[in-house]
Amino acid sequence: MDFQPTEERRMLVEMIGKFVQNEYPLKGRLDAGASELGYNFQAYAQMADLGLIGALFDEEIGGFGGAGFDIATVFTELGKGLVNEPLNDTALASGYILAQTGHLDWVKKIISGEKRVALALIENGADYDWYLPETTAISSGDGWKLTGEKTSVKFAHGADAVIVSAKTNTSDGLSLFLVTGNAPGITQHRFQTVDGGSACDISLADTPSLLLGVEGGSYEIIDATAARCTLALCAEALGIMDSIKTMTVDYLRTRQQFGTVLGKFQALQHRMAQMLLEIEQAKSAVTNAARDLNAPTDERNRAISAAKYSIGRIGCYLAEEAIQLHGGIGMTWEYDLGHFAKRLVMIDHEWGDQDHHLMRYAQS
Amino acid sequence: MDLNFTAADLAFRQEVIEFLEAELPKAIATKVKADIAVTKQDTEFWHATLHKRGWLTYSWPKAFGGTGWDPVQQFIFEEECAAAGAPRILPFGIKMLAPVLMAFGSKGQQDHWLPRMCDGSDWWCQGYSEPGSGSDLASLKTTAVKDGDDYIINGQKTWTTLGQYANMIFCLVRTDGTCKPQAGISFILVDLATPGIDMRPIRTLDGGYEVNEVFFTNVRVPASNLVGEENKGWTYAKYLLAHERNGIANIGISNQKLSRLKQLSLTQKRAGKPLAEDPLFAARLARLEIELRNLETTNLRVLDGFSKGAGPGPESSMLKIIGSELEQNFDDLTRRALGRHAQAHTPEVFEPGYNGPQVAPKNMANQSATYFNKRKVSIYGGSNEIQKNIITKMILEL
Repeated sequence: MDFQPTEERRMLVEMIGKFVQNEYPLKGRLDAGASELGYNFQAYAQMADLGLIGALFDEEIGGFGGAGFDIATVFTELGKGLVNEPLNDTALASGYILAQTGHLDWVKKIISGEKRVALALIENGADYDWYLPETTAISSGDGWKLTGEKTSVKFAHGADAVIVSAKTNTSDGLSLFLVTGNAPGITQHRFQTVDGGSACDISLADTPSLLLGVEGGSYEIIDATAARCTLALCAEALGIMDSIKTMTVDYLRTRQQFGTVLGKFQALQHRMAQMLLEIEQAKSAVTNAARDLNAPTDERNRAISAAKYSIGRIGCYLAEEAIQLHGGIGMTWEYDLGHFAKRLVMIDHEWGDQDHHLMRYAQS
Repeated sequence: MDLNFTAADLAFRQEVIEFLEAELPKAIATKVKADIAVTKQDTEFWHATLHKRGWLTYSWPKAFGGTGWDPVQQFIFEEECAAAGAPRILPFGIKMLAPVLMAFGSKGQQDHWLPRMCDGSDWWCQGYSEPGSGSDLASLKTTAVKDGDDYIINGQKTWTTLGQYANMIFCLVRTDGTCKPQAGISFILVDLATPGIDMRPIRTLDGGYEVNEVFFTNVRVPASNLVGEENKGWTYAKYLLAHERNGIANIGISNQKLSRLKQLSLTQKRAGKPLAEDPLFAARLARLEIELRNLETTNLRVLDGFSKGAGPGPESSMLKIIGSELEQNFDDLTRRALGRHAQAHTPEVFEPGYNGPQVAPKNMANQSATYFNKRKVSIYGGSNEIQKNIITKMILEL
């Protein structure tokens, strides 16, 4: 047994670390997060050039990674720098679906950063229940027409295309469709997200689209996509936790009150020690999920749910504790911590929250 | 022992409800219930409305123009105001400075400052914390040096809430640096229009602007603005902190958040069913409701003690800890209930004339920002860690 990363992944860690440290200042991240696009396109292209998107996909479809530990490695390192560019939302998710449905031309362009494709699964009233779409697809003479409403589609604004889940008029199963960003009948309501980024509510009215894969046969593909994206989110959270821990320990070491540094107060030492224990548990949860990403479906989903539950619970706890241990300074925009805390808490709202995954684990 | 409200209490509650129905504008209540910051004008309007009825100073004794209500009546008033979505009464003048002036100010100071905080002439803010003095407040370094009939103030205050609207600030300043830190602090009133004062905004993590830094450079203040005796400021500050805790349990606000959350749980869905039927969510909600019912009685037990003559004391630290954490937990669970829509940050829907699309239900459009903003309540007013120190020392005598 060996828990040490491979040489390739060590190099990946080093490369992303350098990129974050030298070329990804938090100020730029916040400005880009508040922009119309919600992120910095140049930074996205730069990351694609560095091969960070390629690392998320198998060699046989044009990548050079694609294993659970590749995905976890990339997103943990990006999380440490609170990187906001949507490698998860407009590359990992859609790239996997397009590869599984044989659209390798798209996959190639996603890996190179030339195309970004968002994923629209969720609808109002089905927050974490992507298997319940009411959007419908009707086959017409020259292809499929989509009608329905999707909500909270992250980083759809500015994407070249959107993959939409729907039910067809001739099948009860789930189907997936590719819709180009400027297709007729598509309207986007773009809004700001609290963790600094953008999302869209998307409305479709007789919007022409391309069927991906088999009509009614996409449940398993979406389930496997969800597993990948959830693992990536959990890994991102782990990186954020690491940065939050460093900031908080540094603060306890330097902030003076009552004639000494805060870190000398036993009550605070014990709280910091507890934070460390929880982060170690979170790391193990992500390790398990990365290991089981390509395991049989039930086993994979149990590990994914275990990780997302752990990350959700521990993430919210850490965000709140870290702010409290900082006191007033942790409440300010100027200090980095708050931005890390916001993203960490919001991760619990994507791809199913801790209660959703606890229940899924219990019922599996 | 009789744990029920009296008939008189119930009649009083009805009177408060009728007043709020008649006088509180819906537009203001909508903002308050959605945790959107009210404007300066909203607060001034509400102060004037309450003042006209004689209720702005509901917590003051009759001798100073208050209502003379007993603690239970005060509690009922606070609870109904919160339930209706009334803006909070600005605590800095009415609830913090006023009790200090009544107890330690000169007759001249009382006659001058108390009416002005009622009729809206003065908007007070607080100058306590400093960059190096948060929980360790007694280590504060802003100095006031006597110069003829004036004091000259130099230093920096921080976390001054709504200082941007204020014209007056009460400060703790160091007047003696040679003794034990607590023994060299004085309590002084400063006109913010005095030359040498610079108020700068601090942006909070939710993007809002409610706190400030205040810089003092050779600010000349008449010595007549000193409250009580020189170097007794720490005693006054502790007195103020104990009185500030009146209503600190925030029962009314938590009750309002509970009913809002119950409503939300009927319309939000999980796995195709109302969220209220989700067993994990239902358990989370039940836990909070039980905590709130417990805290209501804890609060009333403490108030009953006050009305029997026990002044505000370390029990208020207990109410502050439990009340602040409970309020935070309601914001936390409301955020969870919003599911995917918690991520949307769309305060623009509250802008006058907005008629674009909405992502989350309108009264929830600012909910995640509120959740993050409310992390402050376990930090400000003496962090919950400091409150636990007080309990350890004063109640447990450890």
